[in-house]
Amino acid sequence: MTTTTSPPVTDTSHVLEVADLSVSFRTEGGTVSAVDKVDLRLDAGEIVGIVGESGCGKSVMAMALAGLLPASAHVTGSARLDGSELLGAKESTLRRIRGRDIAYIFQEPMTSLNPVLTVGRQIGEVLQAHEQLSRARARTRAIELMNLVGIPSAHERVDTYPHQMSGGLRQRVVIAMAVACGPKVLVADEPTTALDVTVQAGILNVLRDLRNGLGTSILFITHDLGVIADIADRVVVMYAGRVVESAPVQDLFDDPRHRYTAGLLQASPKPDRYAGSDRLQEIPGLVPVLSTHPDACTFADRCANASAQCRTSEPPLVGYAGEPQGDHLAACWHPNISGHEENAEER
Amino acid sequence: MTAVRSTQGSSGDVPALEVEDLKMHFGPVRAVDGFSLTLPQGQLTALVGESGSGKTTVGRCVVRLLEPTSGSVKVGGVDMTHLSRRQVRHHDARVSMVFQDPAGSLNPRMLVGDIIAEPLRMGRERLSASRRSARVTAELGRVGLGAEVAYRYAHELSGGQRQRVSIARALISSPSLLIADEPTSALDVSVQASVLNLLADLQRDIGFACLFITHDLSAVEYLADEVAVMYLGQIVEMRPREQIFAAPAHPYTQALLAAAPVADPAVQKRRDPVILGDDLPSPSDPPSGCRFHTRCPLAFDLCTTQIPELRTVPGGVAACHLVQPDGTGSELLGGSERRHI
Amino acid sequence: MTTAIPVAAATTLRTRGRRARIIRRLGRNPLALISITVLLIAVLVAVSANWVAPDSASATDLAHTFSPPGTAGHLLGTDDLGRDILSRIMFGVRASLEVAFLAVLTSLVIGVPLGLIAGYYRGADSVISRIADVLLSFPFLILAVGLAAIRGASLSNAAVAIGIAQIPGVLRLVRSDTLRLKSLDYVAAALVDGASDRWVLLRHILPNATSVILVQATVALPAAILGEAVLSFLGLGIQPPQPSLGTMLSAAQEFAARAPWAAVFPGVAIMLLALAFNIFGDSLRDALDPKGSR
Repeated sequence: MTTTTSPPVTDTSHVLEVADLSVSFRTEGGTVSAVDKVDLRLDAGEIVGIVGESGCGKSVMAMALAGLLPASAHVTGSARLDGSELLGAKESTLRRIRGRDIAYIFQEPMTSLNPVLTVGRQIGEVLQAHEQLSRARARTRAIELMNLVGIPSAHERVDTYPHQMSGGLRQRVVIAMAVACGPKVLVADEPTTALDVTVQAGILNVLRDLRNGLGTSILFITHDLGVIADIADRVVVMYAGRVVESAPVQDLFDDPRHRYTAGLLQASPKPDRYAGSDRLQEIPGLVPVLSTHPDACTFADRCANASAQCRTSEPPLVGYAGEPQGDHLAACWHPNISGHEENAEER
Repeated sequence: MTAVRSTQGSSGDVPALEVEDLKMHFGPVRAVDGFSLTLPQGQLTALVGESGSGKTTVGRCVVRLLEPTSGSVKVGGVDMTHLSRRQVRHHDARVSMVFQDPAGSLNPRMLVGDIIAEPLRMGRERLSASRRSARVTAELGRVGLGAEVAYRYAHELSGGQRQRVSIARALISSPSLLIADEPTSALDVSVQASVLNLLADLQRDIGFACLFITHDLSAVEYLADEVAVMYLGQIVEMRPREQIFAAPAHPYTQALLAAAPVADPAVQKRRDPVILGDDLPSPSDPPSGCRFHTRCPLAFDLCTTQIPELRTVPGGVAACHLVQPDGTGSELLGGSERRHI
Repeated sequence: MTTAIPVAAATTLRTRGRRARIIRRLGRNPLALISITVLLIAVLVAVSANWVAPDSASATDLAHTFSPPGTAGHLLGTDDLGRDILSRIMFGVRASLEVAFLAVLTSLVIGVPLGLIAGYYRGADSVISRIADVLLSFPFLILAVGLAAIRGASLSNAAVAIGIAQIPGVLRLVRSDTLRLKSLDYVAAALVDGASDRWVLLRHILPNATSVILVQATVALPAAILGEAVLSFLGLGIQPPQPSLGTMLSAAQEFAARAPWAAVFPGVAIMLLALAFNIFGDSLRDALDPKGSR
């Protein structure tokens, strides 16, 4: 097991502390292991970005925290929210915690909104459910919340229905509902993926403002490296159900250690890159679907630097030799060390 | 006036595509409202816009999936608007299309080989089954897939492989023009890279012209020769790639470029994206005057009443009352924020 | 580049062929297995009634009328004319299946092409769908009475009447599926390449509508079996002495108090057949559903 990231549980600076979280599903084709021994921590007021391609387990991991996975999921490990264990908690306890202590926003706002209720009612209902506010008081709070998330002329919009709003405004309503009870942790799962970029910029600003104003910790899940660069303080890269790299955002982009992270960065088009003169790096192959996680690096089959060691033993998530205590961790036997390509060509 | 002369159009060449004053109205919704564009042979023009801009509708009009309300679409100099499907089929200048969703654009009940060979069965020449299968194998090789893929079904392939199959299918009839509608938007980053590389290679080697429809600005900057930006059914700016990215003239183009996140935290920290309101006007009731004036921080009286014409700016055109012939005058951000050529 | 090792691992988990998956899903559903067994037995009985039936369907034996079930030689008893009920049920199942398959075939042969056309061409849709509405509001029994009056009451006429009554259902289903398929990108891709409407309908839309049509057929079959029973019961279908489950019920009602078994067994046979088809249809729908996880 990887141990470096788990300080003692008594440390209260971590709002959310996930340890050894694994999720597997029973499916028609057999068992699928979706998340494997993930360790993760989220500090107060921190925005942690979880990045990875589809099938890497990032959404499954986030849904597992508040018991949102279907019955076919088998979840093990620990997830402590402010010291209290979420995994294995009773459904009634989880229902109380969801919305009040941990809230979710998803890619498609309409899945979280009721089409036949006004947005004001819906925001109000969250407050009434968790804080026993009166109807009138809830409405006033709803307008305040709509102002908070930057919905213009909130006192008029409070009585409109979701379908009368644009996608960006709907997502703002969903955010207002999510932060209504001042949750400690907000899980945002691809919240801007369905939106246009000019609208996305506004939503990202709202989330940043919430963190700055209310101190909300945010777990921000996305496949978009540009969005990660924009909003995250720290980044966790997932691949095939495992955390392969974890670093402060600037370090990750400047100095990606894991070969997968480096590959992803090389694969994305960037300003001043042009097909006429430059070439995007491709990562051959596919993210594997695994029935059990092997004692090996799951990226080895796609990695140009893989050695025999990579195929026979799982690399621990550790700091680089020079700075083992640092906060830049990677699970790679042959990390990409900036400047010189250690171990790169000779096998 | 509105038809844009491209920088690369050489003497006497018939453009691969000429769209003139195209209008496509669905009842009250004016999805495309006066769109003109000239695409020279062998060039890749990116058509960029957000949802509701009408970019996809333009593509569908060009490939005749939609019958335009008015305007003309010339492919290889021939007006396609009023030809029957049979006439189009037997026409020399062929247009192909690659769609966004690689799963939805491949018939789940057909073998990949039959899917790729399908366009060959529409053309003038009748090919024997063995000739067709040889062409399929060659085409699969060209997009980097093995011949055995021909005997698989689409659902047995990965997303990237499916999009390669779509491209092989689109190219087997040797089109002079390829319409690519968000071909990489449904793909993961690493797969996206390989499809973008493939498109770039094929376009360079074969030399077809391509209208690349997308909302992904980083893909545009990687691939495009020229960029046309659409807003609510009209082109607001159209210029060569280097110039539009270095010094966007139209305020909407500037906002779009500023809002697109760049995979570099240092750059992101420095930038201050212009936040436009979320309230996109409805295409069924577009704003009077300049259609962008309801969201434009620079809008003044004239913008609400008078429709701005496309004005000449360095390399191309932009439709803004403020823009000067040197491309300045309409900056949203301070001069220091902009990248100059 | 695409042949890296994980591909194999991924495909074994994800896809093992569509047909194999459907069969596997059906095999895992006990109700489906029971219904398939019942249907197989029914078809076997219908096909081999001439040889396996203990007695001829119409041989009367006035010495042994109203033998109760369990009588030697008459497992399910005899009726008012001493005919063996088990044998008559076997021949009756054959008649019911004949009518049902003929009826459903009629409705498919007419309903599927009309549904394709209505779904594909907007202009034709308004006409075809209105006709379907009229047909749907026209009482099925009156149609059958009319047909029987004009062409005489017979097995084939009963089948045609039931088939006509089932056309609107088939048509609407195929039409809505055509509307859905028409908007898919692979149809657009074919149109971009200049495919003719016929090509699109036959190569792209019909093959992808087959699962819907199949499910509809399995739902229409039990309805047709019940329809045949109703028509024969009313004397509009198969004529006595030819055995049919409906005519047996009809005849048995006269002496239901004296020989209830003469009504109960054909009734049970109708119920079993209809139930088996319905359960099979439901399981097939579940098995075909790509989103189903079983």
